[in-house]
Amino acid sequence: MENILNIFIKSVFIDNMIFAYFLGMCSYLAVSKTVKTSVGLGIAVTFVLVITVPVNYLIDTYILKKGALVWLGKGFAEVDLSFLSFMIFIAVIAAIVQIVEMVVEKFSPSLYNSLGIFLPLIAVNCAILGASLFMQEREYNNMGEVISFAFGSGIGWLLAIVSLAAIREKMRYSNVPAPLRGLGITFILTGLMAIAFMGLMGIKL
Amino acid sequence: MLITLRKTLNNMDTKIKVKEPLFSAKNMKLITSPIGKNNPVIIQVLGICSALAVTVKLKPALVMALSVTIVVSVSNLIISSMRSYIPERIRIIVQLVVIATLVIIVDQILKAYAFDVSKQLSVFVGLIITNCIIMGRLEAFALYNKPWQSFLDGLGNGAGYGLILIIVSFFRELFGSGTILGYPVIRKLGLYSIGYENNGLMILPPMALIILGLLIWLQRSRNKSLIEQK
Repeated sequence: MENILNIFIKSVFIDNMIFAYFLGMCSYLAVSKTVKTSVGLGIAVTFVLVITVPVNYLIDTYILKKGALVWLGKGFAEVDLSFLSFMIFIAVIAAIVQIVEMVVEKFSPSLYNSLGIFLPLIAVNCAILGASLFMQEREYNNMGEVISFAFGSGIGWLLAIVSLAAIREKMRYSNVPAPLRGLGITFILTGLMAIAFMGLMGIKL
Repeated sequence: MLITLRKTLNNMDTKIKVKEPLFSAKNMKLITSPIGKNNPVIIQVLGICSALAVTVKLKPALVMALSVTIVVSVSNLIISSMRSYIPERIRIIVQLVVIATLVIIVDQILKAYAFDVSKQLSVFVGLIITNCIIMGRLEAFALYNKPWQSFLDGLGNGAGYGLILIIVSFFRELFGSGTILGYPVIRKLGLYSIGYENNGLMILPPMALIILGLLIWLQRSRNKSLIEQK
């Protein structure tokens, strides 16, 4: 239990998707103009992460890893399909995003109206594929750790995009040098926020 | 017989005239424009995700730039040659499959011939799949243009991406670790003996963002038309 909480805190604050690995920057920069839309996108990303990463974890442990196919028979102990992981992961993500979109549209039209426009964007968001690849690389032991990592990464991404959007809303009233306006100042702001987040490094529960 | 020969020669001549030369001015512009005033990273803001994370040292940045250039130009070529056969509704999946296949090939080659760099790049090789530059070029260019032009467009965009990577990683490696491609420049210049110290902050992730912000500032103060309106 302690371990799971530790992974959660670590993936929210220390290994933050945006500030430590720059994943999902494209939509992070494009959608962070107002707080309202950025909250919507953040929730959608968290939602998709919590579904796709555990599914990819199951596929990785039972199909792709070296020796994972041993449940089919002894002859499969040497089979290593891990070179296929990129393609399988991206296909799973694209398919799940599509399914989530259809399910949400069917059962909760109000949620669909607020999240719907963001869902197709998410299929090619680096943060989603990145989380699956990190999951594969860091070799988590069980499902609980994987879910905690996925949820934590999503919350960290949400935190980053909402705080940037809030700062950008305030910044409309400040006098930024003309060539730095818009994109330039956003990069420098993100850099400063990342420095602030580095103060949390080394926290351990 | 001579007449027929001349006729065929004439025919060939006109055919060649109709065909554009491979490196015409228009085609060359496809390469040069994304490097300069239409840069995919600092003007169109695509592919930032991986552009920043691999720029601590110059060597991984070079390898990354090369891999992206190969993937974007070859996938442009493939999608452009298939463009009339791809059904409109499933084009994204087709594009993803082509890109993922190329990335797997690049990843396997890196693992075989440059294992240490491949370890440093870790997940970012895989993340070439979701690099917005590649999808963006496929959607915006390769689906509507001939294979050779698409290939050149891919080369140009890969080079434009690589240029930014190289600039950022050059400064980060020089000021952060005092080396260029592993060669200890600062020590050879003897700057340590007069009290110079490496700036440890340059190695940390935030500085990549700040250097890119400064690059954008530089580019936009040189080219006023890019300045955003309030």
